[in-house]
Amino acid sequence: MNKRQNLLKGIIKENPVLVLVLGTCPTLAVTTNVMSALGMGAAATVVLLCSNIVISALRKVIPDKVRIPCYIVLIAGFVTMVQMLVKAFAPALDEALGIYLPLIVVNCIILGRAEMFANKNKVIDSAIDAVGMGAGFTLALLLMATIREVLGNGTWLGIEIPILADNNISIMTMAPGGFLVFGILIAIVNKISGGKNAKKSFGCAGCPSAEVCNKAACGEKEEAK
Amino acid sequence: MTKFIIIMLSAVFINNYVLSRFLGICPFLGVSKKLNQATGMSLAVIFVMLIATAVTWPIQTYLLDPNNLGYLQTIVFILVIASLVQLVEIVLKKYIPSLHKSLGVYLPLITTNCAVLGVTILNIDEGYTFAEAMVNSLGSGLGFFLAMVMFSGVRSKLEGADIPKAFQGLPITLVAASITSLSFLGFSGVVENLFT
Repeated sequence: MNKRQNLLKGIIKENPVLVLVLGTCPTLAVTTNVMSALGMGAAATVVLLCSNIVISALRKVIPDKVRIPCYIVLIAGFVTMVQMLVKAFAPALDEALGIYLPLIVVNCIILGRAEMFANKNKVIDSAIDAVGMGAGFTLALLLMATIREVLGNGTWLGIEIPILADNNISIMTMAPGGFLVFGILIAIVNKISGGKNAKKSFGCAGCPSAEVCNKAACGEKEEAK
Repeated sequence: MTKFIIIMLSAVFINNYVLSRFLGICPFLGVSKKLNQATGMSLAVIFVMLIATAVTWPIQTYLLDPNNLGYLQTIVFILVIASLVQLVEIVLKKYIPSLHKSLGVYLPLITTNCAVLGVTILNIDEGYTFAEAMVNSLGSGLGFFLAMVMFSGVRSKLEGADIPKAFQGLPITLVAASITSLSFLGFSGVVENLFT
């Protein structure tokens, strides 16, 4: 895979939100308006870039058995840095993102990329992968936030849109609207990709706890036997 | 006493962790296919939430705050939760094997569950006392339980439904979650009106 493909795959073919279905919690929570979606995208991209570079550089040093705790500590460190920067330079964004800013630590995209890509590839490739995935995450958030803010509030980035502003569907900016828009977007992606992903239920492939999760789901079957 | 009831009710119904705060969506969508799995997972979450709060609240109040180390919150909390989950699993396996058998498989999943880290951070952000924090954790856990059990019921109805091809799998689950969450909107404002 050349560098250009590596960069572009995160944006379309392996979009972390719409195709791999990772990081659902922030996707649903912060897309009530475009501003906080962009802030979340930028914050997560910075953390992803730093963690991918460091994890890739340390991939021969970190023992295989304790790799997940090591990754979590590294990621938590970078999240704390981003948190302090945001608090210092963009207090309004800190207010808007609230609890979801520290929760980047448990965002599956970051741990998932560390596990799926950074611990097997060279530093430069991992950095390119992080930029592509971060851009894909940000664009997906932007798309969802655009739909929800335009329909729910009649504004885009705070700019009023003439007719829609008087006829807003406020449910779109509330919790049910998040699930609804996300569900419909994934259905559209399924339709476009020709139903290749239709059978796949939930983005477990990139989740670090997928193995245990499968065990939990299959455990009962085995016991029944 | 009234304050405890308010915290409890709003954690279970109004600010339901899954359906209105969007925390813990992964297990909500991933493990809610069958009722017994949903119950096992949510019991494990309630259990871990209570223990995590019982440990992280004193750490924040007596260790981090007096030493101006509040900025270490995220790192310390995630480490504490991760090691705690491991510890609980080992202890359960040794002393209460029957409980380990029913909850054990779900415990490691909870380490990276945002609902647990979320509840411990929110307890600090809201400035709760220890008792209030514990009540909030219990309420949040029960809210998670309620959402999981309700949703596994909804999903079992979806199994036999005739769904358009593009919507099969995850999309229809999300649309169903949207409608479930809509029903919880009906609770907003209930607590304020109940006690004033």
